[in-house]
Amino acid sequence: MMTALTEGKSPPAPPGALEWIRKNLFSTWYNSLLTILGATLVYFTLVSVLTWSIKTADWRPVTVAPLLYMVGQYPREELWRVGLSMLLITFLVGMSWGVWKQYVRAFAIFLGILLGFLAVFPLETTTITLPIRAVMLANSFLIYLGYRIGRLRSVHGRHVAILWLFAMLLIPLVLLPGFADSTLLPAVPTTVWGGLLITLLLSVGGIVLSFPIGVLLALGRRSSLPVVKLFSILFIEVVRGVPLVTILFMFSIILALFLPSESRIDRVIRALMGTVFFSAAYTAENVRGGLQAIPPGQVEAAKALGLKNFHITSFIVLPQALRLVIPTLVGQFISLFKDTTLVYIVGINDLLGMGNAVLNLNPQFVRLQMEVYLFIAVIFWIFSYFMSYASLQLEKAMGVGER
Amino acid sequence: MDRLSHEKIPIWRDERVLKAAAQIISSLIVLGFIFWGIGNFLEITQQRGMALSYEFLNEAAGFPIKESFIPYDSTMSFGRAVLVGLINTLMVSAWGILFATLLGFLIGLMRLSTNWLISRIALAYIEFHRNIPLLVLLFLWYFGVFTQLPSVKDSITLPGPMYINQRGFYLTWPQLSETGALFGISLVAGILLAIITWVVLRRIREDKGKETYFGRVSLAVLILLPLIGWFAAGGAPLRFDVPVLQGFNFQGGLHLTTEFSALMIGLAMYTAAFIAEVFRAGILAVQKGQIEAARAVGLHYSQILMLIIIPQAMRVIIPPMISQYLNLTKNSSLALAIGYQELFAIGKVTINQAGRAVPVFMLIMAVYLAISLLTSIILNIYNKRVQFIER
Repeated sequence: MMTALTEGKSPPAPPGALEWIRKNLFSTWYNSLLTILGATLVYFTLVSVLTWSIKTADWRPVTVAPLLYMVGQYPREELWRVGLSMLLITFLVGMSWGVWKQYVRAFAIFLGILLGFLAVFPLETTTITLPIRAVMLANSFLIYLGYRIGRLRSVHGRHVAILWLFAMLLIPLVLLPGFADSTLLPAVPTTVWGGLLITLLLSVGGIVLSFPIGVLLALGRRSSLPVVKLFSILFIEVVRGVPLVTILFMFSIILALFLPSESRIDRVIRALMGTVFFSAAYTAENVRGGLQAIPPGQVEAAKALGLKNFHITSFIVLPQALRLVIPTLVGQFISLFKDTTLVYIVGINDLLGMGNAVLNLNPQFVRLQMEVYLFIAVIFWIFSYFMSYASLQLEKAMGVGER
Repeated sequence: MDRLSHEKIPIWRDERVLKAAAQIISSLIVLGFIFWGIGNFLEITQQRGMALSYEFLNEAAGFPIKESFIPYDSTMSFGRAVLVGLINTLMVSAWGILFATLLGFLIGLMRLSTNWLISRIALAYIEFHRNIPLLVLLFLWYFGVFTQLPSVKDSITLPGPMYINQRGFYLTWPQLSETGALFGISLVAGILLAIITWVVLRRIREDKGKETYFGRVSLAVLILLPLIGWFAAGGAPLRFDVPVLQGFNFQGGLHLTTEFSALMIGLAMYTAAFIAEVFRAGILAVQKGQIEAARAVGLHYSQILMLIIIPQAMRVIIPPMISQYLNLTKNSSLALAIGYQELFAIGKVTINQAGRAVPVFMLIMAVYLAISLLTSIILNIYNKRVQFIER
């Protein structure tokens, strides 16, 4: 029996490298031509980009003021508060890696290596002091520490989620703004906040706040109450029909005219309100897609069991619907993250605004826009890429589209 | 049993009462909020003496607009200025949509290629553009590329001739000459007649089952009629308007400013990445069995593409494509940041000049809403026609 098996045809050998190249690059004459054209294109693009970025490009606008890009004008003596926030966040990223594994792993490892690298990166500037480098390095270790803790059997996803919620309340409401009459945490007005700090605050705030509003609007749009339905449809369609810039302008200029004349709302809060307003309408439409995909039998079965409407929605319909639309929602949150750059147009110094501020810092920088905007593009690219990567992993794990 | 069914349901558990109450309360909250806002607004306007009217639209605008597709100067009215802005928005969106669609289809095709390298190049393009903000991309194009072009004197010359410099593109552009009217008419007639022939002959074939060669016949009409017009006109009906350097600037030809070009290229390249993905998803949604079955009944490749793949893929492609086109149009409002004066930018100048923030703002929002609604209505009608009729 054994001999019969071994004497038979051996299974085909795994394709070698040459075989793979022939099959995927040179299968027909026009494919060979395309490969050669493509390779030439890639070669010249890479060579010219590399020579430009090493030889021609002047990276001084990026290296001269790294802190401006990160935190804007946040008072340097109060910088420890940003550092502490960062330590808290990296620790939680580590814990998330330990708990949610593959969704966060790539980002956590990348972040750890990047921060460690930045900690020892030689810069000719004196603004990056030794304590800052120490905090950077500590971040890397905290990611690993968080990972080890997150892997403990007694730590669950909901613990980490609660900690995240806690951090999201503590950092933007207590730690960063401080209090008017406190010596430990003196108030820091939002006018001096800037850079990546503002970008991240606006996007995380926008995502967290717009989600529940969006879900409510989606439910409202499918409600059996005509008035509620009408309001929801009007809101969703009007907001989706106009550009985000107009909404941001509405909140930054027009809103003040509709409030009592003595009231003043902080301009970062106004920008956040605009972002939430805009994002909620899109979240609502995405969630509605999920709601429509739930077969009516689910609701009927729940009704037959005697569940109340509220319980049917919150225990039967929403959990299933939300799970279906997670990938779409992540996609929408990525575009929200990118769209936060628009607050620059209403005069808030986010990452992009800081880039422009640095360009105006020194007359020598006047023609170095390419370097600055590329640097900013890379930062956005990294965050967006890891978000879409996590969403892809999630999609695979849930088997959306396979059921 | 009898007693139970006659027992009145208490008010707080009567579903009709509860529903009515919920609606009244929610509308009271929403309307109350709106009226409170309007009340505050009226108070403020009275204090500052701003009347809520659109009469200012007839007043002289008093600000110049850099580029306009209709005659405009600063003595004309605010209404005219807003119209110029609207036309600028529509122009940049239309060109952007055209190029985004072409580029998106090309990138989508490359992504579907069996050639590994080509597919990866397309992937790199898509990943680059999808993960950076549009505003940063626009800045990269405008400040990083267009403002750093050489001055007018040292223009880059491309065959055509076409000149590229700090002030934008100067293209050689065909124009109808004095004898061109006949050619123009015959061209339009040719296009119209070709469409009619196509539709009529195709219907005849569908009804009678007889080959009418509708494709070839209408193509012949499309070529022949303008050709007759060309020769009947006597002399060249088209004249090439060549840009010439006169003094410090180019005269003649088609001039695209740097702002317009940067905005159009940025919008088109950004949206193309999304369109490529839409296109790819549409093609992949056509089941393999469909193509195999078509091959089995003996259709050749172009027939499979035209009759099997494209009609089915279109059903999947059109709805997301509509939203991409609308996104592009709405995103053109970012022009404000690079100084192209479209609807929103002009609206902002108008607010500064006329001091009527709310009316101007409402006008701008209404125009954007109208564009969005109109586009989606038209495309939804088309979408309904190509969708599968479900039984």
